[in-house]
Amino acid sequence: MKKREEVRTLPEDGLERLIGLVRSRGYCLVGPTLRDGAIVYDEISAVSDLPAGWTDEQEAGRYRVKAREDAAAFGYNLGPHSWKRFLYPPRTQLWQTTPTGEATLQPVGAAARAVQELDFIGGSTTPDRPFAFLGVRACELSAVAIQDRVLMGGAFPDPHYQSRRESALFIAVNCSQAAATCFCVSMGTGPEVTGGFDIVLTELLEDGSPAYLARAGSAAGESLLAQLEHGPASPAELDRSRVQLDQTAGSMRRELAADEVRGLLAANLEHPRWDDVASRCLACTNCTMVCPTCFCSTVEDHTSLDGTATRTRSWDSCFSLDFSYVHGGSVRASTRARYRQWLTHKLSTWHDQFDSSGCVGCGRCIAWCPVGIDLTEEVRAIASEPGDRQETTS
Amino acid sequence: MAAGGAQRPDPLVPIPVTVRRRRRESPDTWSLQLECAGPWPPSLPGQFNMLYAPGVGEAAISISGEPGRNGLLMHTIRSVGAVSRALGDLRPGQQLGLRGPFGVGWPVGEEAEGRDVLLVAGGLGLAPLRPALRALLDRRRSLGALALVYGTRGPPDLLFRGELARWRRDRRLQCHVTVDQAGPEWQGEIGVVTRLLPRLVFRPGNALALLCGPEIMMRRTAAALRDQGVPESAIFLSMERNMKCALGQCGRCQFGPSLICRDGPVLRYDQVRPLLVVREI
Ligand SMILES: Cc1cc2nc3c(=O)[nH]c(=O)nc-3n(C[C@H](O)[C@H](O)[C@H](O)COP(=O)(O)OP(=O)(O)OC[C@H]3O[C@@H](n4cnc5c(N)ncnc54)[C@H](O)[C@@H]3O)c2cc1C
Ligand code: SF4
Ligand code: SF4
Ligand code: FES
Repeated sequence: MKKREEVRTLPEDGLERLIGLVRSRGYCLVGPTLRDGAIVYDEISAVSDLPAGWTDEQEAGRYRVKAREDAAAFGYNLGPHSWKRFLYPPRTQLWQTTPTGEATLQPVGAAARAVQELDFIGGSTTPDRPFAFLGVRACELSAVAIQDRVLMGGAFPDPHYQSRRESALFIAVNCSQAAATCFCVSMGTGPEVTGGFDIVLTELLEDGSPAYLARAGSAAGESLLAQLEHGPASPAELDRSRVQLDQTAGSMRRELAADEVRGLLAANLEHPRWDDVASRCLACTNCTMVCPTCFCSTVEDHTSLDGTATRTRSWDSCFSLDFSYVHGGSVRASTRARYRQWLTHKLSTWHDQFDSSGCVGCGRCIAWCPVGIDLTEEVRAIASEPGDRQETTS
Repeated sequence: MAAGGAQRPDPLVPIPVTVRRRRRESPDTWSLQLECAGPWPPSLPGQFNMLYAPGVGEAAISISGEPGRNGLLMHTIRSVGAVSRALGDLRPGQQLGLRGPFGVGWPVGEEAEGRDVLLVAGGLGLAPLRPALRALLDRRRSLGALALVYGTRGPPDLLFRGELARWRRDRRLQCHVTVDQAGPEWQGEIGVVTRLLPRLVFRPGNALALLCGPEIMMRRTAAALRDQGVPESAIFLSMERNMKCALGQCGRCQFGPSLICRDGPVLRYDQVRPLLVVREI
């Protein structure tokens, strides 16, 4: 067996040393931390920043943190943040103009107009420091792979995303429990971390205190683990980690028929359920903001008094009215059309556009919907009474 | 990094280009001929650029004329809102930003060889079809029939008048023009474009039809051509949706499975027909 694939036991202070090591290599280390009643992702510098002893309880329209009876640092599932906040930030400056040369008044056409040379200066595409992410879940790695295809898999890779993505280090963790909102098993994205990581950790509890197994997935991960003293994991430890993953997978209560849903939704664009969900949906955009794969954006231009223009890209949502505006009005004026756009995009047309589903089954949109709309339930409702649409003639 | 250098340019950053000529096409529509400091990136008929009006914003605008001997690229813009008004207002000597070209254009290369090619334009839809028609006229001998049917609201809205007059005289082209409404001075046709389709002489089974105009006009025209025997897979239409990035990354231009900036704007009728009748898609 190659050394890299070996599962090792970290020493007692292993996680603390790993954190120090990563930071000493110049990374901005981002990990889970408890803030304002939620576990969010932010820069961390020590194990004490992690939400040790806390977990999250989630249901449709409900999220709350709760104290655990042990000191697990990764004993929660997912909060409102995802890593897209760092790889594809909510706001990015794309460019700025500087007036090069003097603005001169030249007689052009009938009227005298200011003729100014335009110069566009692209915004910085590299982060100040490369990111290292700690505590990345299996479904989140799948979400990153999905955004990779959207933002750098086509003819015009987004240079901002690409530089952040390619310099990032992923320290993943296998889930030791599932939230009630999780459905990664049916989406084929979890709970076990199988690829796309530099290091994957498994948190095992010994008398309520955490111990860690670690495995490298890349040369960068290997070179970090090589600096920590460790031995190979024992057969008993490997067994426990397997049982823990099986229990996590087995406890998942929600599911989505990932194979059938693509065709199902495409064939049911006029299903009455769209009216039903539209009567509940507030078009608040929460689901799209918390979703780790949603990538829709808008741009805003600002011009300052000295004539310098700045273009900023920011997250947007297919739930906003302006999103589908063309001259004369919005194409998707009703909430029905906007919810239909969102769900069919996630689960059906995403396959056509980017060769994968747009959903990894993380359940964030379920928990953070203020009215508790659950996409798995909406799909089930449509599947239970599929219409026979399509082939309408014009 | 400024775009256009030796390095891979940032596709989000425009390059500055300069207006050299400006012509009024109709009361609300202007053609701008643009000059680029370096060589123009190669474009195909039916592709579009994102034009940035300084201090106002960006809009998707089709290429209405590819750079010819004078090296100028043409865009034709109807003033409908803030950005398009500012673009149409630019005068020779003034600069604007440009990103592109983007999208998939008209099938007027080898695919058109030996085919009976029909172009049907509504209103501003003639702008993206103009480079296609010019390319087809250049290779006229390799084609079967060639026809242009063009409809606008009224006689003042007719675009490219000098050229249109030449096209009408050109024996190699069946050219029909119609308007929705006109006063008694108008000697030509009145009515929608679909009424003129039966006059065209072509072999439906061998036809290639390129449509551009308001969605309802394209839908009706496509259905009429299909009823005349043109295969659905031989009908192409150019779709319009909101666009911000033109790179397939902002999600705005979705039309069901298609991202119009990336997979279009020219799409095949048999692939979009079911969606054309879904409201608010
Ligand atoms: C592929 C393609 C080719 C086009 N070719 C031409 C052409 O050759 N000539 C021409 O005159 N017009 C063309 N258009 C339409 C043109 O892009 C819109 O008319 C223009 O964006 C309207 O912006 P506005 O600010 O002037 O108008 P408003 O209607 O006032 O728009 C207000 C705001 O809405 C947004 N908006 C409105 N329509 C669009 C749109 N289609 N895409 C993105 N944002 C929009 C803009 O952000 C704008 O700031 C084309 C559109 C597409 C998609
Ligand atoms: S759609 Fe919902 S469950 Fe699926 S990835 Fe997005 S937030 Fe997670
Ligand atoms: S489904 Fe829920 S979270 Fe999404 S827009 Fe509607 S109300 Fe908001
Ligand atoms: S315009 Fe952004 S995805 Fe097409």
